[in-house]
Amino acid sequence: MSGTFVGMPAFPTAARKALEDAQLRSNLNHATHTIRDKRARVVAEVDDWEDLRVAGAAIKDEVLTNLDTYLVRLEESLTRAGATVHWARDAAEANSIITGLVRETGAEEVVKVKSMATQEIGLNEALEAAGIDAWETDLAELIVQLGHDTPSHILVPAIHRNRAEIREIFLREMGEVGTPAPAGLTSSPPELAEAARLHLREKFLRAEVAISGANFAVADSGTLVVVESEGNGRMCLTLPETLISVVGIEKIVPTWADLDVFLQLLPRSSTGERMNPYTSMWTGVTPGDGPQDVHVVLLDNGRTDALADSVGRQALRCIRCSACLNVCPVYERVGGHAYGSVYPGPIGAVLNPLIRGTQSPVDKSLPYASSLCGACFDACPVRIDIPELLVHLRSRVVDEKRRGRPSAEGVAMRGASWMFSDSRRWERVQSGVELGGKALRNKPTLGRIPGASAWSDARDAPAPPPETFRSWWERERGR
Amino acid sequence: MRVALFATCFNDTMWPETPKAVVRLLERLGCAVEFPFDQTCCGQMFTNTGYLREALPLVERFADVFDRYDAVVAPSGSCVGSVRHQHAMVARECGRPDLVARAEAGAGRVHELSEMLVDVLGVTDVGASFPHRVTYHPTCHSMRMLRVGDKPLQLLREVRGIDLVDLPAAEECCGFGGTFAVKNSDTSVAMGADKARHVRDTGAEVLVAGDNSCLAHVGGLLTRQRSGVRVMHLAEVLASTEGEA
Ligand code: SF4
Repeated sequence: MSGTFVGMPAFPTAARKALEDAQLRSNLNHATHTIRDKRARVVAEVDDWEDLRVAGAAIKDEVLTNLDTYLVRLEESLTRAGATVHWARDAAEANSIITGLVRETGAEEVVKVKSMATQEIGLNEALEAAGIDAWETDLAELIVQLGHDTPSHILVPAIHRNRAEIREIFLREMGEVGTPAPAGLTSSPPELAEAARLHLREKFLRAEVAISGANFAVADSGTLVVVESEGNGRMCLTLPETLISVVGIEKIVPTWADLDVFLQLLPRSSTGERMNPYTSMWTGVTPGDGPQDVHVVLLDNGRTDALADSVGRQALRCIRCSACLNVCPVYERVGGHAYGSVYPGPIGAVLNPLIRGTQSPVDKSLPYASSLCGACFDACPVRIDIPELLVHLRSRVVDEKRRGRPSAEGVAMRGASWMFSDSRRWERVQSGVELGGKALRNKPTLGRIPGASAWSDARDAPAPPPETFRSWWERERGR
Repeated sequence: MRVALFATCFNDTMWPETPKAVVRLLERLGCAVEFPFDQTCCGQMFTNTGYLREALPLVERFADVFDRYDAVVAPSGSCVGSVRHQHAMVARECGRPDLVARAEAGAGRVHELSEMLVDVLGVTDVGASFPHRVTYHPTCHSMRMLRVGDKPLQLLREVRGIDLVDLPAAEECCGFGGTFAVKNSDTSVAMGADKARHVRDTGAEVLVAGDNSCLAHVGGLLTRQRSGVRVMHLAEVLASTEGEA
């Protein structure tokens, strides 16, 4: 059973803990910089990258503005192709539908293709509670699951682990749930991959039910698409008799032709490859070939709330490539766990408050977990203006607070706004600053300042000058 | 050419040498610079902390004060970024379509210093002299909001006597981020410490940037570390005639 994110503290608290972990920081620095550089190289090769980004954003916007039509079209196409469509309003509904479907088959275990949607709804925990074992088959997900850990990256959920840690987890845990790791396992990547292969093979060959997500769902044809690198997805999508796919309602593209744009944008943004190794596509049931019992669970779980927010809805364009995580200076230093969700990094900082609301301490703090440097927007293949969204969500958090008891920050902000609304009021405040500057007699900086430790514990503060610019101008040139 | 100076509230109060340098520099280049005394603050701190309602009067005030000028210059990438990219947004979210239109119309007239020099005045050699080893940090808002590109470097390269050295990982955020520096001070300091390390690695005497707030953050770390590196605003380097006969 993996860990959960329930009851997470606010971002700054979790971040402080993460920053103290030197091993974590070095693992993250190495991993994010490697992917970042790879991505930059393969993106630079594409002359019309900007056009592709614009096209990707436009296709998703078209779907989102007409989502009702496209959803019905997708349902019709899927049904026509022999799949059974289920609608889930939230995590609980989705989990109970899926648990019910697995029970009907009589299976006591399922194999899983890496899927953000199933992570989001906590499906593994729900299945476990129903006595069904869920085996993650993606290498990094396997590491997280065996380590009783939570994912910290969208694409590389075990990015916070290094090879030595992975070896230990394999040696300790694999034997508990199946084929054990070979004795004498070293931390060389080929040996680790081979251990995972042997461990998983047994599960693939035995599995009767597979659970997947989908990167894309083509409304016209009812085709689902899974993009992956290891081939574990292909095994899950073809071997078992029953296939259940959990698909967020924003995953739709209108036609096959639209996939052209996304299959160029996604691999380059995500793994920094021109093309990913495995792209699996299936359209309902093909008699005598692959799963014969095909189910699709269309998941809302807060997405319609995001859609209702006219600024926020662009976050639903996200194709979960994780490019924004890899370029984020905050993510690079604190890692994914501090975000308190399976969606960490810049997209997590906006998507979680949009789909979960801004009630919990962590969701309230996420819009502030950014220096607004804008690197995420530049990297995003579907041009989500994450900095703009962050500011928008900050204003939502502030406006919600206005209804309650006034906060010290709110009072200070209102006071400062009042002061700045009149230049004479502002000049009176400046005169006070000048007095301070004169008393300090041209000291260039101040050291530790009591009451301002958040700034001055590590940084000297600038000392005020004895004369403001305005006073200088007035003295030299008059008003 | 008549130019209005938007000093910005921070520079006006805490770093007066910077707007003074802008005045000296622009007058040296033949501009008549005006300083409207009714200016205060662009409202960026309010907007970026989520206080749009508190930012609104300042957005309106900015339009009232500066609408009458053909060109406005400010020695701050982030304040110009706020004016150009956020004023209309604030007005929109506060339901003020009249102000959206004014903010959009005014946006193109407001320039960050390097844009003013290179784009509006068409100069890169501003007649400066600064015989020191210097490294330049491109601040995020000048780079990714305003897209000033290498304009500041074009200007610095023409400065007599300067020894301009590349800053490693220059495009990474320094970690200031306005109220981020306090709300998430641990992360902010971790980012700033890496920036300060890169600065020290260059062996530069002076770290230059176009935003005094970012410089106060990195500079505060550099002086706490007793690194001996000074920080200086781009305007002050470009206004300098140090060592000229
Ligand atoms: S927000 Fe953009 S960059 Fe980030 S994961 Fe989604 S698509 Fe990728």
